[in-house]
Amino acid sequence: MSEKLSVNAIHNGTVIDHIVAGQATKIIRLLALINNRNQMTIGLNLTSGSQQLKDLIKLEQCQLSEKDLQQIAVFAPGATVNTIQDYKVTNKLKLTLPEQVADIFICPNKNCISHSEKTTKLFYIKEQNRNVGLQCKYCQQIFLRDEMLLTIR
Amino acid sequence: MTNSLYQRDVVAINDLTKDEITKIIELAIELKDNGVPHSLQGKLVASCFFEPSTRTRLSFEAAAQRLGANIIGFSDVASTSGKKGESLSDTVKMMSAYADLMVIRHPQEGSARLAADVATIPVINAGDGANQHPTQTLLDLMTIQECQESLTDLRIAFVGDLKYGRTVHSLAQAMTHFGGRFYFVCPESLAMPNEICDLFKANNMSFSFHQSLDEVISKVDILYMTRLQKERFLANEAAAFSDKLRLTPDLLTKAQKNLRVMHPLPRVDEIDVAVDDTPHAYYFQQAANGVFVREALLHLILND
Repeated sequence: MSEKLSVNAIHNGTVIDHIVAGQATKIIRLLALINNRNQMTIGLNLTSGSQQLKDLIKLEQCQLSEKDLQQIAVFAPGATVNTIQDYKVTNKLKLTLPEQVADIFICPNKNCISHSEKTTKLFYIKEQNRNVGLQCKYCQQIFLRDEMLLTIR
Repeated sequence: MTNSLYQRDVVAINDLTKDEITKIIELAIELKDNGVPHSLQGKLVASCFFEPSTRTRLSFEAAAQRLGANIIGFSDVASTSGKKGESLSDTVKMMSAYADLMVIRHPQEGSARLAADVATIPVINAGDGANQHPTQTLLDLMTIQECQESLTDLRIAFVGDLKYGRTVHSLAQAMTHFGGRFYFVCPESLAMPNEICDLFKANNMSFSFHQSLDEVISKVDILYMTRLQKERFLANEAAAFSDKLRLTPDLLTKAQKNLRVMHPLPRVDEIDVAVDDTPHAYYFQQAANGVFVREALLHLILND
């Protein structure tokens, strides 16, 4: 069965494509997409020309904010975000890993000063051996990105 | 040459370049040999210790006073408005208005970085939770330079709790400037974190893992011992390792003549007290060097 037949087109909204397989469910959780009542189609482990397997998310009636895009970029660098209007792609954005993210994640280290002071929650992105880590500006601890899922916003 | 440390914050050892580290150590040794100038006359140093400390606080205060500075501050949070719920940022802002430099120790990681962001005066980190303690690293480096007359290409064993020991992590980071051969001696459950091993690899530094002092004692110039906290051992390791990682005079008979034993103190029972009387023991000189290295740092930060 071809990929086109397995996932329906959307009328207006956003398609996040070329997500590395395994990351789509994390993105849904990260953006709390399950909580909005709009139609959402998820494709997992789809075959793709450029990568072996990919995930895909189609969000009807949904526009992503800059903050949402930064979060997705941490979990799925290389993904493309397509804005759809009247079944047509009106904008296409390829996500790259940012150098740092601000006020998106909370430090998993409970003894970090960032919890008790009103300050920007800043993390530097560190990529090593295909692992993406986030280093807290304050306590300097490096966390794997999956650890950040437990402490979103 | 301009002094790049003038009015600078020192929060983490990585804030300093190799040249800056070398400059601080050279000045510290000079101050130890030739005495201290009154270069901080008229300056006010805020000593802000939000948790108890003996060696660090007293050596900072001794260093400042020997240089001619006056001291204000507190030695525990109970005597501050933090007790009334004042934020660290507000306390730091007030200290900025009163003093010329601030030394801070705080139980939470990242507190010194936050203080440096907020303060309008230079901030020296005197320990922020389990994170950084850069002046300990500087005094360790000064001590190595002093007892081996070099920092480059030495053979150094780190022994004990290499997983949680912040002094070991910072010293290991600093040694990437100077190279050498390293031996990590510890139980598997207290192994050196991957990020330090990766850092060594990235700097082409050789290291190996060992589980007893006996395996390395005859090979090294510096034995850097750390305190073993029994609650951090796995139950089956405690009995097996207590003896293998305990330094005794008998073990030191296999050591090279130039081997020196260092320890950030306080020690518990990982170094037999009888080792104190051997020529290899150097941990008390190491602790004493804390004053000189802090004098050097205060002098360089407050004089252009």
